[in-house]
Amino acid sequence: MNPDAARILYERPDAYLVVAAFLFACGIYGLLRRRTLIGMLIAGELIFAAASLNFMALNRFFSPDPVAGQVFVLFIMGLAAAEIAIALSIVIAIYRNYRSIRSREISELGG
Amino acid sequence: MTAFPFGPAIAAAIFIAFCAITGAGAVIAALSKRIIRGVCGLALCCIGLAGLFYFLNSPFLALMEILIYVGAVCVTIVFGIMLAEPEEVLEGESRRDALVWGSCAMLVGAAFFLALSRIGLSHPWIEPASRADGSVAAIGVALLTTYSMAFEVISLVLLVAILGALVIARTGRGRA
Repeated sequence: MNPDAARILYERPDAYLVVAAFLFACGIYGLLRRRTLIGMLIAGELIFAAASLNFMALNRFFSPDPVAGQVFVLFIMGLAAAEIAIALSIVIAIYRNYRSIRSREISELGG
Repeated sequence: MTAFPFGPAIAAAIFIAFCAITGAGAVIAALSKRIIRGVCGLALCCIGLAGLFYFLNSPFLALMEILIYVGAVCVTIVFGIMLAEPEEVLEGESRRDALVWGSCAMLVGAAFFLALSRIGLSHPWIEPASRADGSVAAIGVALLTTYSMAFEVISLVLLVAILGALVIARTGRGRA
């Protein structure tokens, strides 16, 4: 069946793919279940981490050019950092207006 | 391969330890009641992820993961928590509601986990015949030749993000 079943654990892509799927599931659960904006932000970071790990696993084992995946994951990290900076400043602006960052209470928009 | 006795076994043990660190960090980040513990879980998860990147032949990305996520992202989130005091109080939700919605979210997460692992494990991946060089030097060359446009655009995005963050966080200040 699987030709790489005899390989040692850390040289098989399966282990990495399962860990990435687990990270993604944790991120989805946190995104659904957290009640504050910062908690949802943390869950989003978990999903970013899952995507990076998936990219790196497929890049290491199945890509003819291992540079492409590494550069792409580097770009993911840069975009995640930019996203965190913007999202946290929005969170702080919301906290100034509402005195709360619970997602239940932030229910009106206004210009 | 290596002359060191039990080398692969030790490496496999370290690999399993990094997998466990990553999984435990993710669980803490998703489940903990207090948000500051969630950030600590995220940091733990990123440290484990850096170890996994090292096993994936990419020490450069392992270092960048620790530098950017643990060093910058987690510290920034901690500052956000200190400024905005997000206590997770469970008001307005009865114990039964919490149980029902918690298990619903758990079900969705489990479905994603099973579906993704099934796709990953059952798909017939094809290994390439030949592989190019994936060293740090090759990454540097690729960043300055093949991906130079994307590299410049990312730096522009980061600049605009920093400026935007400053502007957004500043505007509400008069009211406080």
